[in-house]
Amino acid sequence: MTQQPSTGGDVRLTGISKTYGSFTAVHPLDLHIPAGSFFALLGASGCGKTTTLRMIAGLEDPTSGIVELAGNDVTALPPHKRPVNTVFQSYALFPHLDIYENVAFGLRRRGIKSVKKQVDEMLELVQLGDFARRKPQQLSGGQQQRVAVARALINHPKVLLLDEPLGALDLKLRRQMQLELKRIQTEVGITFVHVTHDQEEAMTMADQVAVMNGGRVEQQGAPAELYENPGTTFVANFLGTSNLIEAEVADTSGGDLVLTTEGGKLALPAARCSAPARTGDTVLVGIRPEKISLTHAEDAGTIPDGRNRITGRIADSSFIGVSTQYVIDTPVCSEFAVYEQNIERDSRLVPGAEVVLHWNPAHTFGLDATQDIDAGTQLDEEAA
Amino acid sequence: MSATTAPETAPPAPPPAPAGVAKAARRKKLVPYWLLLPGILWLVIFFAAPLVYQASTSVQTGSLEEGFKVTWHFQTYWDALTEYYPQFLRSVIYAATATVLCLLLGYPLAYLIAFRAGRWRNLVMILVIAPFFTSFLIRTLAWKTILSDSGPVVEVLNSLHILDITSQLGITEGERVLATPLAVVCGLTYNFLPFMILPLYSSLERIDGRLHEAAGDLYAKPFTTFRKVTFPLSMPGVVAGTLLTFIPAAGDYINAELLGSTDQKMVGNVIQSQFLRVLDYPTAAALSFILMAAILAMVTVYIRKSGTEDLV
Repeated sequence: MTQQPSTGGDVRLTGISKTYGSFTAVHPLDLHIPAGSFFALLGASGCGKTTTLRMIAGLEDPTSGIVELAGNDVTALPPHKRPVNTVFQSYALFPHLDIYENVAFGLRRRGIKSVKKQVDEMLELVQLGDFARRKPQQLSGGQQQRVAVARALINHPKVLLLDEPLGALDLKLRRQMQLELKRIQTEVGITFVHVTHDQEEAMTMADQVAVMNGGRVEQQGAPAELYENPGTTFVANFLGTSNLIEAEVADTSGGDLVLTTEGGKLALPAARCSAPARTGDTVLVGIRPEKISLTHAEDAGTIPDGRNRITGRIADSSFIGVSTQYVIDTPVCSEFAVYEQNIERDSRLVPGAEVVLHWNPAHTFGLDATQDIDAGTQLDEEAA
Repeated sequence: MSATTAPETAPPAPPPAPAGVAKAARRKKLVPYWLLLPGILWLVIFFAAPLVYQASTSVQTGSLEEGFKVTWHFQTYWDALTEYYPQFLRSVIYAATATVLCLLLGYPLAYLIAFRAGRWRNLVMILVIAPFFTSFLIRTLAWKTILSDSGPVVEVLNSLHILDITSQLGITEGERVLATPLAVVCGLTYNFLPFMILPLYSSLERIDGRLHEAAGDLYAKPFTTFRKVTFPLSMPGVVAGTLLTFIPAAGDYINAELLGSTDQKMVGNVIQSQFLRVLDYPTAAALSFILMAAILAMVTVYIRKSGTEDLV
């Protein structure tokens, strides 16, 4: 690609908030989006992620706070003076202009006369070279989406904002476009800020994810970090599935906290507990379903020492293909989820069987028990 | 019901299918035509038949006492045109001026209602339509009072010396507004303004607000956004509004009758007096046809030029 090198800029939001009358869409939040990163704002609908994006674009005036783009305060600038471009939800292509003119729109507004070379290159980048003279409504959803990306990218913005850009596409096309967007981002090196409610999309595409809930950023980090060590029950439940159980801190003397539950003692690395844990405190212990191994009760003796264990009875099992998902009735939780890879299936693991659940304590995480243990579960079902 | 979708050339139905099914299918096919019938009858009785009758009237000669006969006297058209072309020209100029004024007044209002009125939208819409609750005639008569020689409007315009300027321009005369071109054009503009606003509003209202945001996001200043996005997208409304204003305004005679003098007579006044006072039916019919043809020609050119086919 002969694209002129365009470096992305970073975005810094300081104490930014937005209220509509008595409703607070975004609580004062600080966010730093590093230059050149693919950053996802993830959350269920109504969590304030789109409002945050629109404040970066200048389409919404923040009630308080400062928006900085590449080190410059742009809080007071109207959208047409900001070095950002947006890919709108449902694209907002100009229906009276053909694809070529849609893509050329930004260049022409900035008084650039010879746009042909750039437009052709950009249409080539999104593989729509043959469609230049079509009208937007003659294109499929995926093609329109690519036009929207091209129309924004041609301006070499410091930051590209994407507002649920794949929301209108069917699942297969969405997967394809995720890879496509990721490819384009790597190629042009611009900072992408991507708003989505799809946790899988956020995790596969972004280098950095900020999970938003109720107008606040719950947690920010690399996808794997968020997944492996969630800081709140919302993140634990919204990103994938977590088993959360209440436990009392019995001993804090070692490197691992020792916790007592109704099902026995559990170990939790002190570093992986985000809640203050003194002896006698209650914390929430979390473990991802795929980290757990299942062993039939008869073979309990073969389980190595040093693993966390809980006993229970299989309540339900469903065969998914790559894995089998079990629901286990245990003393600590009546619906303990366990995902087992289908490598060597133990034919005794059927509903009704007594089993031992065991896992490496290093995968355990600890959360503040004052939170709603179910936060993020319903929302996830809605979004899925 | 699969029978309805099968074309007539389809292989013959299997034996058990009774003739009744085919009959029902045929009946179902006729339904759209039955539904069209009332409309077609209406058009034939109240549009096509009068049109034919009038066409025949326009080529008749005779008088009311002796009766009119079709003599294929096309000369009537030429005579009507040469005698009344000033009125024709005036009609076009007045109607065009009123249409432009309606557009200039109506567009900002329609824009406000569509994008800025918020919860006042319905109220403003009602205010636009409210004049229709009063008769056209009475509203025009009211303008006669408003613009009367000693009325407040004329007094204000006079004291501001605006009438001096308009007199210089030839659109008013001396210290009066009534019985001048200004009065007639004002009346036309007022009376047809809602016909401009409503289609403008409906096409503006349909524009996706995100397109404005997208334009702003792509470095268009607010006015550029209007010029490059909003206005082109509202073209169907502009075309519909100008047609709905221009066509009736060109054939109008009430405004010229009530607000103008003999010097402001439009072709509508001529047709009306030929039909009802002079009782020269052929001339009146010929004038009507010339007006119709002229409007048809102008409208065709206009629609072609504005190129709104692929916008609608």
